[in-house]
Amino acid sequence: MNFSEVFKLSGLLCKFSPDGKYLASCVQYRVVVRDVRTLQILQLYTCLDQVQHMEWSADSLFILCAMYKRGLVQVWSLEQPEWHCKIDEGSAGLVASCWSPDGRHILNTTEFHLRITVWSLCTKSVSYIKYPKACQQGITFTRDGRYLALAERRDCKDYVSIFVCSDWQLLRHFDTDTQDLAGMEWAPNGCVLAVWDTCLEYKMLFYSLDGRLLAAYSAYEWSLGIKSVAWSPSSQFLAVGSYDGKVRLLNHVTWKMTTEFGHPAAISNPKTVVYKEVEKSPPLGLGPLSFPPFRAGTCPLTATSPESKYEVASVPISLQTLKPATDRANPRMGIGMLAFSPDSYFLATRNDNVPNAVWVWDIQKLSLFVVLEQLSPVRSFQWDPQQPRLAICTGASKVYLWSPAGCMSVQVPGEGDFPVLSLCWHSSGDSLALLGKDHFCLCFLETSEGVREALGQRASQT
Amino acid sequence: NKSISQYTSETKMSPSSLYSQQVLCSSIPLSKNVHSFFSAFCTEENIEQSISYLDQELTTFGFPSLYEEPKSKEAKKELNIVAVLNCMNELLVLQRKNLLAQENVETQNLKLGSDMDHLQSCYAKLKEQLETSRREIIGLQERDRQLQCKNRNLHQLLKNEKDEVQKLQNIIASRATQYNHDMKRKEREYNKLKERLHQLVMNKKDKKIAMDVLNYVGRADGKRGSWRTGKTEARNEDEMYKILLNDYEYRQKQILLENAELKKVLQQMKKEMISLLSPQKKKPRERADESTGTVISDAEEDAGELGRESVWDLSCETVREQLTNSIRKQWRILKSHVEKLDNQVSKVHLEGFNDEDVISRQDHEQETEKLELEIQQCKEMIKTQQQLLQQQLATACDDDTTSLFRDCYLLEEKERLKEEWSLFKEQKKNFERERRSFTEAAIRLGLERKAFEEERASWLKQQFLNMTAFDHQNSENVKLFSAFSGSSDQDNLTMHSRPRQKKPPSVSNGSPICTSKGTKSLPASPTLDSCQTRPCVSEHNSVSVLNITPEETKPNQVGRECSSQTWSVASRPGSQEGCYSRCSLTYTNSHVEKDDLP
Repeated sequence: MNFSEVFKLSGLLCKFSPDGKYLASCVQYRVVVRDVRTLQILQLYTCLDQVQHMEWSADSLFILCAMYKRGLVQVWSLEQPEWHCKIDEGSAGLVASCWSPDGRHILNTTEFHLRITVWSLCTKSVSYIKYPKACQQGITFTRDGRYLALAERRDCKDYVSIFVCSDWQLLRHFDTDTQDLAGMEWAPNGCVLAVWDTCLEYKMLFYSLDGRLLAAYSAYEWSLGIKSVAWSPSSQFLAVGSYDGKVRLLNHVTWKMTTEFGHPAAISNPKTVVYKEVEKSPPLGLGPLSFPPFRAGTCPLTATSPESKYEVASVPISLQTLKPATDRANPRMGIGMLAFSPDSYFLATRNDNVPNAVWVWDIQKLSLFVVLEQLSPVRSFQWDPQQPRLAICTGASKVYLWSPAGCMSVQVPGEGDFPVLSLCWHSSGDSLALLGKDHFCLCFLETSEGVREALGQRASQT
Repeated sequence: NKSISQYTSETKMSPSSLYSQQVLCSSIPLSKNVHSFFSAFCTEENIEQSISYLDQELTTFGFPSLYEEPKSKEAKKELNIVAVLNCMNELLVLQRKNLLAQENVETQNLKLGSDMDHLQSCYAKLKEQLETSRREIIGLQERDRQLQCKNRNLHQLLKNEKDEVQKLQNIIASRATQYNHDMKRKEREYNKLKERLHQLVMNKKDKKIAMDVLNYVGRADGKRGSWRTGKTEARNEDEMYKILLNDYEYRQKQILLENAELKKVLQQMKKEMISLLSPQKKKPRERADESTGTVISDAEEDAGELGRESVWDLSCETVREQLTNSIRKQWRILKSHVEKLDNQVSKVHLEGFNDEDVISRQDHEQETEKLELEIQQCKEMIKTQQQLLQQQLATACDDDTTSLFRDCYLLEEKERLKEEWSLFKEQKKNFERERRSFTEAAIRLGLERKAFEEERASWLKQQFLNMTAFDHQNSENVKLFSAFSGSSDQDNLTMHSRPRQKKPPSVSNGSPICTSKGTKSLPASPTLDSCQTRPCVSEHNSVSVLNITPEETKPNQVGRECSSQTWSVASRPGSQEGCYSRCSLTYTNSHVEKDDLP
């Protein structure tokens, strides 16, 4: 595993282009585009203000930079550096901006969710969509980019509009049986729309592309409901994480619950492997896992923070739990994060009142597979897009990788601490961008020719 | 007199009671009493009277009279001494008997007394027990009552709680409706505001709201945008339905596939069932006409039918009933069969273990012993390895960071050496094997040569003889010669072929050595360049050459992905620990960002 040098960054805005060739990062009001292989700067764009949101178009030809404070969006072309586009939302304000899947339209949401403006880069036409709903996830495109589902609110009722992205024509418009729609997401096959209600009510609704209600599911009443939702890449399962600390897997045939994954703090099943991150203490002798022994004084690169390693904990074990403050809104409890591996074989979850642990579930056996207990709360995790490999960051200057073969903790090299707050995978799964507050670096997992080339070039530069 | 009267009065009783009376009255001082009694009873004056009295008494008791038979009525009665003595003797005998009886009775009495005591104590004990149990019952009853009371209270509490929950739920519901109502009100207000804001912001021709673009770019698909018309709407509809249809078709296909798979499995199971059950069929048929046999034949017929018509491709409905019935039948047979087997097994268990079982157990034990031995050996090996490593580390510890790198190289070197060592060992073994085969071959060759020599000698002799033989035998000699030459040729052939046959094993023995020699050079070439991946890769090549099982190489491969950094791997238990190597860090460049940014 190799690491690139550290580059500046602001606002955690660092993204690989969808085709995997480029890497765009923001430093204040500048956007830097690098070649992923050589890390040489290819383009440098200067925006009018500090960038708050950045997004690649689907064809990797354009970069959208939104400056919400100014109500501005600037678009840059990678092929024609002199080409520019500036969209000003004026007094209407701007709270969100995103690309349409064709990479030729930009959807801007005005302040107070008055409307969504669809700007075209091809024609002068501008479309407006009124009454968008302000919610967690109110806009969702199908994976093939054909359709847009939009949550709307009219007369205190929730509606969903399905648009055809090619000409922004309304295809379907139907009301949903929700109190206060909180989010929705298309199944990866683009035929089923999952819609969930606000956390006050556990309600999951499934709509067909033509607006028919396929099924409704509710696990319980009264207490706080759905917190997070994820489709399996095969569209076979919908994992629903809720405030009761459970993940429910709904199947695509009956839309009923297939199984329920509880997240108890005590793990007693001997089939589950619990990896516990421990600080590496100076010479332990020659235990089977502590080789080569770490010597604090002799290793100048890791003098700042103690190294850590994973140990397999003997199984009846209880994890550190957080007692959620029930008198506060948005209590830290329930399943806040969940993600399927790209092959749909594994599901990684985080229970917010056991913040240090990542649970990995085996979807084939429908059972708990592995629990990783970190030293500090898990900030984010993401699956390798190519294989079942999970990268985790906790805000420490380490990156953690898990695969069914085992797991490891890797210290990010460099002088001083480099707290990794977020990470994102390259689409090939060969490299990983580690994002800190002010810096980022790339982590190369495969020593391919390209990396060696990059290293060679950088050596010649310096 | 008193005592006499007593006696007399008691004579009317049965003799046994008399004895007992006597026993009770005078047990020990009997003889004395009797003496004094007699002294008091008979005096000089009243001899006659006492005799007559005694006579009277004795006759009443059934003894013969003391007097002689009077010869005449007037004659005076004469005392018959013999009778007196007889009577006395009889009385004494009686007395002795009585004493014996008395003793018996006494012991019996004692026994009974002790029995009585025992029974009494038992009785007391039981009474006590009764008392305690009664008390216990009372206590339990009390507790029961209390518990019932508590239960009632709890029930009441539960009911209250339930009511409370209901109430709270109602409250929540009412609050929720109120909240929703308020929310709606507020939302309406908010919508109004929004509407107003919308009018204010949007309708006023805001010059600012605009897009400033250098030139419009082409569409991603290269086509031109089309007007929205009814036609496009219809087309969109069509497309949507097409997508849905495709999805459904895809799903149906998947389901069909799954169905086919399941059918295949079912068919296979059926076949296996039939094949499993058919050999058994003969037995029940031999035994009268049992139902199972006919059922099996039915099932077979069914199967034949099914197979013939290839009903598997038909839709389920037509076959379902038939299929389920046949399967059910077979299942029943199988179940009964298994049950029978179970019974047999249990019988066998009752009879005791078979010899085979015992043998297998012995085998098992031997195996475990062997394995344990192996484990022990492995442990020792690990220990020695650890010791070696420790030594190496101890020597390396003194130096600074360079030693760190060096010891990782040393480690690698060591590993490589170990591999080489194993290779060398293998080679040695091969060599040894080869040598053995060679010696064997040599011995055989010697033997053959000897045989050949002998043959040749004999042949030469024969030839010599032939050459000097009679002329008229020449024609035959030619034949002989040819025969001999043919045989000799054959011999030669065999001579040639034999070593050729022998060679292949030696060649095959040699070949792995050749390859191993070839591969040996691979790990032996230490690539000490700064690029850290090289040693790892070469190491892995060597590992793969050594034919380590894939399970073992796997973690290594995982390890390879992250060889440069200081990392730790906690692999899954059971799998080999990740490969540990600490290589030079690639992170050699300066950490100062070389960005062109200000």
